[in-house]
Amino acid sequence: MSSTLESTKEITILFAGDSGDGIQLTGTQFTDTNALFGNDLSTFPNFPAEIRAPQGTLAGVSGFQVHFGSVEIFTPGDECDALVVMNAAALKANIKSLKKGGIIIANTDGFDAKNLRLAKVESGISPLEDGSLSEFKVYPIEVTKLTKECLKDSGLGTKDIDRTKNMFVLGYVLWMFDRTLDPTIKYLSEKFKKKPEIVDANVKVLRAGYNFGDTTETPTTRFSVDKAEMPSGTYRNIMGNQATALGLVAATQRSGLELFYGSYPITPASDVLHELAKHKNFGVKTFQAEDEIAAVASAIGASFGGALGITASSGPGIALKGEAIGLALMLELPLVIVNVQRGGPSTGLPTKTEQADLLQAVYGRNGEAPVAVVAAATPADCFNMAFEACRLAVEHMTPVFFLSDGYLANGAEPWKFPTAEELPLFKANFAKPSDLKDGEYLPYERDENLVRKWAIPGTLGLEHRVGGIEKEDGTGNISYDPDNHQHMVNTRAQKVANIAKNVPKQELELGAKTGKVLVLGWGSTYGAIKAAVTDLIAEGHSVSHAHLRYLFPYPQNFEEVLKGFDNVLIPEMNMGQLRMMIRSEFLIPAIGLNKVKGIPFTKGEIKEKVLELLN
Amino acid sequence: MSEVLNGALTAKDFETDQEVRWCPGCGDYSILKQVQKVIPELGVKREDVVFISGIGCSSRFPYYMNTYGMHSIHGRAPAVVSGLKATNPNLSVWMITGDGDALSIGGNHLIHLLRRNFNINVLLFNNQIYGLTKGQYSPTSEEGKTTKSTPMGSLDHPFNPAALCLGADATFVARTMDRDPVHLRDILSRANAHKGTSMVEIYQNCNVFNDGAFFGMTDKATKANQTLFVEHGKPLVFGENNEFGIKLDGFIPAIVSMDSVSENDLWIHDETDRTKANILVRFYQDPSLEGNFPRPFGVFYTEERACYEDLLVNQVETAKEKFGEGDLNSLLRGKNTWTIS
Repeated sequence: MSSTLESTKEITILFAGDSGDGIQLTGTQFTDTNALFGNDLSTFPNFPAEIRAPQGTLAGVSGFQVHFGSVEIFTPGDECDALVVMNAAALKANIKSLKKGGIIIANTDGFDAKNLRLAKVESGISPLEDGSLSEFKVYPIEVTKLTKECLKDSGLGTKDIDRTKNMFVLGYVLWMFDRTLDPTIKYLSEKFKKKPEIVDANVKVLRAGYNFGDTTETPTTRFSVDKAEMPSGTYRNIMGNQATALGLVAATQRSGLELFYGSYPITPASDVLHELAKHKNFGVKTFQAEDEIAAVASAIGASFGGALGITASSGPGIALKGEAIGLALMLELPLVIVNVQRGGPSTGLPTKTEQADLLQAVYGRNGEAPVAVVAAATPADCFNMAFEACRLAVEHMTPVFFLSDGYLANGAEPWKFPTAEELPLFKANFAKPSDLKDGEYLPYERDENLVRKWAIPGTLGLEHRVGGIEKEDGTGNISYDPDNHQHMVNTRAQKVANIAKNVPKQELELGAKTGKVLVLGWGSTYGAIKAAVTDLIAEGHSVSHAHLRYLFPYPQNFEEVLKGFDNVLIPEMNMGQLRMMIRSEFLIPAIGLNKVKGIPFTKGEIKEKVLELLN
Repeated sequence: MSEVLNGALTAKDFETDQEVRWCPGCGDYSILKQVQKVIPELGVKREDVVFISGIGCSSRFPYYMNTYGMHSIHGRAPAVVSGLKATNPNLSVWMITGDGDALSIGGNHLIHLLRRNFNINVLLFNNQIYGLTKGQYSPTSEEGKTTKSTPMGSLDHPFNPAALCLGADATFVARTMDRDPVHLRDILSRANAHKGTSMVEIYQNCNVFNDGAFFGMTDKATKANQTLFVEHGKPLVFGENNEFGIKLDGFIPAIVSMDSVSENDLWIHDETDRTKANILVRFYQDPSLEGNFPRPFGVFYTEERACYEDLLVNQVETAKEKFGEGDLNSLLRGKNTWTIS
């Protein structure tokens, strides 16, 4: 054996190939194997918008980046230690993210004349051979050929054989990073349990990839990454959209409500619908509506009927839902609106991430229409904040936005999941026949938080009418009285403002309560900010990190937190939307770090900006 | 009041204390009155009755019904009722809409409601005009109609609501009118009895912006010759003394004098015949037909088909049988876990 084993704390590896090469599966399996081993990790899948872009082209390159380690991992990694490429286009598209001295594992069969032409390599000479990769360690492997060789007696057709080549790569990479094949074999056996010949073929190729590493004469450095020191407990790996779906189910289970989910397919939110549709045994009712408006309107109908109506979409769909969200606000019914944000405006960048729908969530409706907004910081945090959105919607009888984004939706991380019993219980305040006063029912009678009761059809004696027209407080009857309108606008605003009393105080993620720079984030910038601030504090700088999960209304102590710092820096994947809100609300000169490239911040970008402010 | 079961309720019990604010003389008053009369006779508890509307003159309706009600947003009532009915299939849900609400801004939702076949009753008040916005042409206005928005005449070809609904696979399609209370009540009862989306088009006179749109069909002097009231199993006859009949020659209907034919030769109405229903609802719009065909009223088509909400509840039950009642802890745990001590 000509390989050596080197111990290291963290590795970032990027798998790249054609969208038909099974890159996402390869990346996911590698991730799960490391998660089960006990590493901390973070992933970043990056796929093309086209379902099947022309094979071999730059447009068709699909990527999956995973950063795993024995140390705490916050982001999918700024630069890669290793790049696995299935063809010339994949190399060309991703070489810039590979560290100097990094590893390239290349399928040489993807570098033939045709692939070079499709990848627009003008010289026509393979970069594996022209010396341009001299500063990297290149491991060229004839993956396609070796896979064919391996399965030549399997009786499978060329197409089926070709489809297993990602398993060869996975086997080799698992060997290189000193991991077992068992989780992948288990996965394959379950996934293809009705097709044993496919299981056999994939496992055979997977082992062949592993053994190829073991037996090849090429001097190879293998890497060993120890388990991470994570808080004790039981973990699973989870992706953001899955966590969102679980959070919604958990919230309805802990409140005893029925979950109605009205949704129209849209990238990157559809996986929430797919996940929920699997859980009908929880009484979950999913409804694939005819359009975005019907999706939200059906959820409002469900809420009127006593279920928790939930709808989800991404920016373009949310735009269509605006009027109906205003209706839910007027009716004062619970409604949860999930926005898995993507690059905008218009159709924008459907498969890429962005945070540019914050103002849409907070302000994007006609009239004075305050809607509470919460956002998740990490894939697993989608569970917590989706749960919170449901709790607030029910406890305050009002629509609540839950903001996720494409990066959180498809990213994964280890999750120390709670038990059902650890989750809070909350209760809907349903009106009862005993709420009748002198034979009359007042649907808009309010409690001390200005919240009305939920009177659902089928309840004897509480027949009442609600609607989108301005209503008289108490009775709910139509009213065009000027003073009543002012009163109702004030009441609805105060009612939503009262939610601040019902959310946790703003904590600092890192750093002292006062200092030179507070890096204030929201949403998926969490990992990059945390990684950057961790470094900066270690380097002795006066920097802290706060991450907003409750964006409207803010936690009650939020202003106090802000006032502890000379500078407030707000990195956002938009042109400065939270910055604008913070400036106008608190009259402080918050500074922005803004990026709208469809890709997340790197740790380096944030560090650089903070250092600029410090100097 | 609320302790009393519906059987003992009267029309009065379904009135609210809200002042009815349609224009004096509006056809909506008559429809409201007939609905309030019919509902107590249906054997439904008042607390189980829900009226949901969109936007438009007709959509004020729920405020005048002492039941549960929602005045929603323009065109979206079909989606609201879908979510409501999926949540609580036991409710008696009535959707109130108009020609603009249902066929223009809400056209998409209407066709999807019909194909899904939620068990609800849709009352489409067709006055062939936009009333609430004061007089623009609607998707059912006749071609060339001069209105505020079409001073040179409308260019739009109108929808035939009944034909549209048949095309969307509605399981119950009927037409009635504001000025025939007996027929209106009869159709409402039939609609309620049908399990599935019952589509009732109601011709309703807007005496302010489109007065007389249906006078030929409602006025005593002309009604007999211009209308045809169909009943299942009965021949298609019309006229003052039923002196005319309709015969079907292949797929072509023809008006015949009863002097020359016997009832047996006439078209016998069959509510379950989709092909003939399609011909029937197009009488007044088919330019290839000779003579002045009367406008048909009654139940044109009905079929039994599973309702969406029942299928949905069924799936939930099946999932519970197959996988057991959902266990949150096992959902949170998932399939692959590891423990750090």
